[in-house]
Amino acid sequence: MGVEGIGARVARKEDKRFITGAGRYVEDMVLPGMRQAVFVRSPHAHAAITSIDVSKALEMPGVVGVLTGRELKADGIGNIICGWMIHSKDGSPMKMGAWSPLAVDRVRYVGDAVAIVIADTKGQARDAAEAVEVSYDVRDAVTQAVDALKPGAPQLHPEAEGNLIFDWELGDAAPTDAAIASAAHVTTMHIVNNRLVPNAMEPRAALGYYDKAEDHYTCWTTSQNPHVARLVMSAFYNVAPENKLRVIAPDVGGGFGSKIFIYPEEIVCLWASKKTGVPVKWVADRTESFMTDAHGRDHVTEVKMAFDADNRITGLKVDTIANFGAYMSLFSSSVPTYLYATLLSGQYNIPAIHANVRAVYTNTSPVDAYRGAGRPEATYLLERTMETAARELGVSPAELRRQNFITEFPHQTPVIMCYDAGDYATSLDAAMQAADYAGFPARRDEAKQRGKLRGIGMSAYIEACGIAPSAAVGSLGAGVGLWESAEVRVNAVGTIEVLTGSHSHGQGHETTFAQLVAGRLGIPIEQVSIVHGDTDKVQMGMGTYGSRSGAVGMSAVFKALDKVEAKAKKIAAHLMEADEGDIVIENGALKVAGTDKNVPWFQLALAAYTAHNLPAGMEPGLKETAFYDPSNFTFPAGCYICEVEVDPDTGTTEIIQFVAADDFGNIINPMIVEGQVHGGVAQGIGQAMLEGAVYDRESGQLVTASYMDYTMPRASDVPSFKVSTSNTPCPGNPLGIKGCGEAGAIGSPPAVMNAITDAIGSNDLTMPATPEKVWAALHAATKH
Amino acid sequence: MSDVSLTVNGRRVTGTVEDRTLLVHYLREHLGLTGTHVGCDTSQCGACVVHVDGKAVKSCTMLAAQASGSTVVTIEGLANGAELHPMQAAFKENHGLQCGFCTPGMIMAAVDMVNRHPEGLDEATVRAELEGNICRCTGYHNIVKAILAASQVMLKGTAQVAA
Repeated sequence: MGVEGIGARVARKEDKRFITGAGRYVEDMVLPGMRQAVFVRSPHAHAAITSIDVSKALEMPGVVGVLTGRELKADGIGNIICGWMIHSKDGSPMKMGAWSPLAVDRVRYVGDAVAIVIADTKGQARDAAEAVEVSYDVRDAVTQAVDALKPGAPQLHPEAEGNLIFDWELGDAAPTDAAIASAAHVTTMHIVNNRLVPNAMEPRAALGYYDKAEDHYTCWTTSQNPHVARLVMSAFYNVAPENKLRVIAPDVGGGFGSKIFIYPEEIVCLWASKKTGVPVKWVADRTESFMTDAHGRDHVTEVKMAFDADNRITGLKVDTIANFGAYMSLFSSSVPTYLYATLLSGQYNIPAIHANVRAVYTNTSPVDAYRGAGRPEATYLLERTMETAARELGVSPAELRRQNFITEFPHQTPVIMCYDAGDYATSLDAAMQAADYAGFPARRDEAKQRGKLRGIGMSAYIEACGIAPSAAVGSLGAGVGLWESAEVRVNAVGTIEVLTGSHSHGQGHETTFAQLVAGRLGIPIEQVSIVHGDTDKVQMGMGTYGSRSGAVGMSAVFKALDKVEAKAKKIAAHLMEADEGDIVIENGALKVAGTDKNVPWFQLALAAYTAHNLPAGMEPGLKETAFYDPSNFTFPAGCYICEVEVDPDTGTTEIIQFVAADDFGNIINPMIVEGQVHGGVAQGIGQAMLEGAVYDRESGQLVTASYMDYTMPRASDVPSFKVSTSNTPCPGNPLGIKGCGEAGAIGSPPAVMNAITDAIGSNDLTMPATPEKVWAALHAATKH
Repeated sequence: MSDVSLTVNGRRVTGTVEDRTLLVHYLREHLGLTGTHVGCDTSQCGACVVHVDGKAVKSCTMLAAQASGSTVVTIEGLANGAELHPMQAAFKENHGLQCGFCTPGMIMAAVDMVNRHPEGLDEATVRAELEGNICRCTGYHNIVKAILAASQVMLKGTAQVAA
C-alpha cells in the first residue's frame, strides 16, 4: 500500500463500518439494566404550569420513575446558559431568561420539557408519559420576532423587558448614513431569512449512566463537541465535576450545528440515572427533533446599499431583527452578531458599514448555529442586494461585483475582519466559464420557444472559518477559547494513534487526519488511527463546527507532529552517529541526507521505547501533544451560479445547472471537499426552494413537524453539481487550509433566488420559493 | 404478544414480541442488528429499508408479526463474507456517504432499484427512484454516481451468470 498524503483522493477509512451496518451510534448502545426514557412536553406555546400529577403514571406497567423540574431544582441542577456575552449598544449585558432543563412553573414553546418518564420499554414509557397529568394556564403566544417587539406583546421572561435580549450594533453609523444621503443610487431591500430545521438524519439521543461504585457518570450523546458538553455540564449545570463525568460522542449521524449545543435531555438523563439507579436512554422521535433541536436563521432585515455615480459601493446599512426562540441556546448570541455582521463587507470594498441587530424572544424552539451560522444570512442579504442593484443600475451583475471586488490583501474591513488572502475574480471567472454564462441569452431564448422562463443568478460569498483565535473571541464575549488539541502517540512498533479534540460526524477525519500523518512520515494510512469523541481518551478539545477541523484541528496535529519529528530526528542522529540537521524523513525511514544510511520508522519507534540507546538525558517514549490557537480567522470565498427554468403555468422551478467555484486554500482530500460542497449546496437549495419552519401565528404550534410537512431536499429536487476549486493558500495556519464545510450552504441560497427572480421578472419573492409563491409573484408581476 | 419466526440474513430466528413491535425494532432490539436505522416517524426517510422476501421494505412500516414467515436481509447480511456487495463497494469508491446514518437504507433501496431495472438505469431514473430515501449530507450527487456505477457491475454480473 502506497503513501496517501495531502492532496490524494483517498477513499474513506471509516466507510467500511457504515456500509456494512457496523457503525455505532448512541441509539445502538446497550447497557445492562438500561431503561428507556420519554419526555413529557408542553403541548402549548406559552402557559403557566399549575400542577403536575405523576401518580397514575407511576402505577403504569414497567415504569421505573417519573421525575419533574421541582425535583431537578431541589437537587441543584443548574439552568441552561448561553456561553457568549453580548452587550447592547447602551452597554448593558444581554438579558438572559432562565431555562430550566425541566420546566418548573412555566412553559414557553411547544416541546418544552416538563417531566421525564423512565420505563422498561419505550412503548411503556410513552404510555406512562400520556398518563402524567399536567395542568396548564394557557397564555397568549408570539412566534414572530417582529410581533414580539410590539407593545402589548406577550412577555416571555421577566429578565427581558419587551422580549428584547439585546440591541447591538457594529460599524459606524454616521459615515454610513452620510454615504447613503449623498449616493448616486441606493438599493433598498426587505430581506427575510427563513427559519430552518437542521435535520441531521440521526435524531438526537442521550444515554446517561451513573456508576454508584465509582460515584461517576458517563454520558453517550449525539454531540459535535463532547468536551464542551462535559465542561458546560460540570461548570454550569452541576451534573458532576469534570473528573467524575465522561462524555462519549461515538458515531454521530450528522450535526450541521444542531449537535453543538447542550440540551436539556442529556443533563436530565444523567441526573435521572442517579435518581433511579438505572442507565437511562432517550432517543428523539423525528417530530421531537423538529420541535426541540435548535433551529437556524429566522432573520428579518432592512438593507440600504449606496453607490456612487461610477457604481462603486459607498456604504451599507443593515437593520436586523433576529428570532432567538424561547430560550438562549449555547452560542445563540454569537450567530447574528459576530458571525454575521462581521461578514457584511462580503468580497467588496465598502468604506462604511453599519449594522444594528435586535435579538428577540418568541414562543418557538431556541435558535442557534445551523450550517454557516450568521454567514449565510450576511451573504444572502448582500448577494440579493448586489444582484438587485445590478438590475436597477442596468449593468451586468458579474461586472458590478468585479468592479467592487477587494483585490489587495491583507484587507481591513470596517466590520472587524481582516481578510488575509483571496482572489475573487478567479472564482468569478471560473464559475462563469463553467456555467457558460455568456451563452445564457441564447438558452433563455430557446426556453422561451418552449414556453419556459429561464433565469440565471450568481452569488459571490465570503465566510470566516477556522474559528477562532481565543483571545480575539474572548474579547468579543466568548466564554470559551477556540483552539484545538492533538496528541500523536507513536506506538513501539511504529503504528500511530492521533487523539484529536475535533469530532467527525460525516466529515471523514479518520481519513484526512491520517493522510496528514501518513504524508509527513511516509507510512501507509492503515498504520494511523484517529481517536476522537471520548473525554476519557482525548484530554480536551473544542470540537467540530464552523469549518474549523482542518484549519484548527489538523494544525494542532501538525504541531504535535513537529515535536514527534524533532525527537525522532534526535534519536536517529544518535543511532546513526550523524548530525541532527542532516536527518530527513522520507518513505517511512529517517535518513542521513545524501547517504544511504537510514533507520526505518518502526525501528526508530522501537528504539524510543526500548530506550537502550538514547541520547544522554532523553526521556524514553515517543508521544507529543500540541494545543494550536489560530492567529486569525480563515476566509474561504467563491462564486456560485444557478440557472433555472420556471414553468409559468405551475410556478414549478427546475434547476438546470448549479456551478460552484470555491477557494478553500490547500486541500487534503479533494473527494471529501467536493462532498462537503455538494451537501452544503443541497442544503442551500433546500432553504431557497423547499424548507421553512412554520409556526401557527396564533397558537404557536409547529405546523411543519414531520417529513410530511417540512420539505427536505430529495434526490429529484437537486441536480448533479459542477464544482471546482482554486487555491490561494491561507497564510494564517501551517497547512494553508481555509475550510470547506459550510460554503455550499452559505453561497447557494442567493444564487438560486437571483436566478428565479431573474426568470420571472419579479424581485418580490421570499424563501422558500415554492411553486405557489413563484406562480403568485409571476402573475402579480405580469398584471402590472 | 405474538410469536414470530423468520429467516434473517440466512439465520432462522424465533421469538415472542409485543403485538405493536415494528420489524425495525425487532431487528434492532431483539436481534441486535443495529445497522438498520430509524430516522423518522412517518415512513419518509428510508433509513430503515431492508429486504423482505427480496423486496425493499421500510421496516418501520411493517409489524414484526407481519414479517413472520418471511426471509429478511439487512445491511449486515448484504456482503458475501468479507467481500462487499458491489453496491457497498460503489458507495465507498464514489464517496456516497458522509455521516453514514442513511447509508444502510440507501444501499438496500439501491440494490432493490437495480434489481427492478434489468434494462439499466440513468440519472433521472435513479433520482426519481430515490424518492423514499433522504440524505442530509451528500446532496445525493455521489449517491447517484455510486448507484449508477454499481448497477453496471451488478448487471454485468447478472449477464455473466446468464451466459
